[in-house]
Amino acid sequence: MRAEEYQRRREELAGWPVGIVSYRLGEHFVCEVDNVTPGARIARGEGGSREEAERAALRDAERRLGRTRVHGPEG
Amino acid sequence: MADYAHGEVLVDTAWVEEHQQDPKVRLVEVDVDTSAYEQGHVPGAIAWNWTTQLCDTVRRDIIPKDQFEQLMAKSGIGNDTTVVLYGDNNNWFAAWALWQMKLYGHKDVRLMNGGRKKWLEEGRELTTEAPAVERATYNATGPDLSLRTFLPEAMKASESASHAFVDVRSPDEFTGKILAPPGLPETCQRGGHIPGAANIPWGQTCKEDGTFKSFDQLKELYASKGVSGDKPIIAYCRIGERSSHSWFVLKYLLGYNDVKNYDGSWTEWGNLVGAPVERGERA
Repeated sequence: MRAEEYQRRREELAGWPVGIVSYRLGEHFVCEVDNVTPGARIARGEGGSREEAERAALRDAERRLGRTRVHGPEG
Repeated sequence: MADYAHGEVLVDTAWVEEHQQDPKVRLVEVDVDTSAYEQGHVPGAIAWNWTTQLCDTVRRDIIPKDQFEQLMAKSGIGNDTTVVLYGDNNNWFAAWALWQMKLYGHKDVRLMNGGRKKWLEEGRELTTEAPAVERATYNATGPDLSLRTFLPEAMKASESASHAFVDVRSPDEFTGKILAPPGLPETCQRGGHIPGAANIPWGQTCKEDGTFKSFDQLKELYASKGVSGDKPIIAYCRIGERSSHSWFVLKYLLGYNDVKNYDGSWTEWGNLVGAPVERGERA
């Protein structure tokens, strides 16, 4: 088994830059989303197609990123 | 690897492929996402779970020495085994494991340059089968506290400006705009950074494929923020793992002699009553 059809790209999600990696692993696709800065993986999805895996991962990533509180100079 | 001060602590993916069956080599995957190993891993690799196997699960601390010895033994690692660590997020937690192995005196432990990402991207073989491991005997030394800083020393160093502090978090964490990386839980009461720290995010040490930048690029990266190894260095982040990665770069790739990881990091400092905090970008 190998990771095949490996792709990576960057997008903005919920106001934050994210890195999106997807690839086929055997019979299914895997998608991983990281927050670019600092580069931590925040969500992963799996599915029968790349689109399905990405949908699942991006949905979870958007939910997590939406919780991030931004503080002003006063804290 | 060529050019680095201690290039022997890095191996590339081709080297790992050649040594998958080498009885003197133990491959260990350490991921942030602890379920990644089950999806598929380098043939012959075992996995360590950073949340349960590389820390004290009762109090906040690294793995105790006796538990470390047990972990090595059941992983089939003897004192003379060559251990190659790799993981996701550009070896983020693999570096954390390497730092702990060095604390307890393991001589030959290395990182696979580029980590899991590089292996996947190159389309190298994966398996879901865990290898059979024969138990070994292991005797740890240390801990070597020349590699680790605790709060009192960090406080003193900040007050006296005797050390170069490297805050390896993202710029938004450094300035106090956010208290945790986007999408991850907040673990501190206050945002900002240790007074005098330079912000050199850990991810800037890697290229897009996860491998480390060249010696010259790394030297320039740190020097541009005033960190040149002319005085002792303390690296920190939020909980001490990202800073293990930068500690590895400073200590082994650049060869700076006196580099410590402050694993208490911002989760400790940013929760202290009365601790000095700087906000915004460094003046």
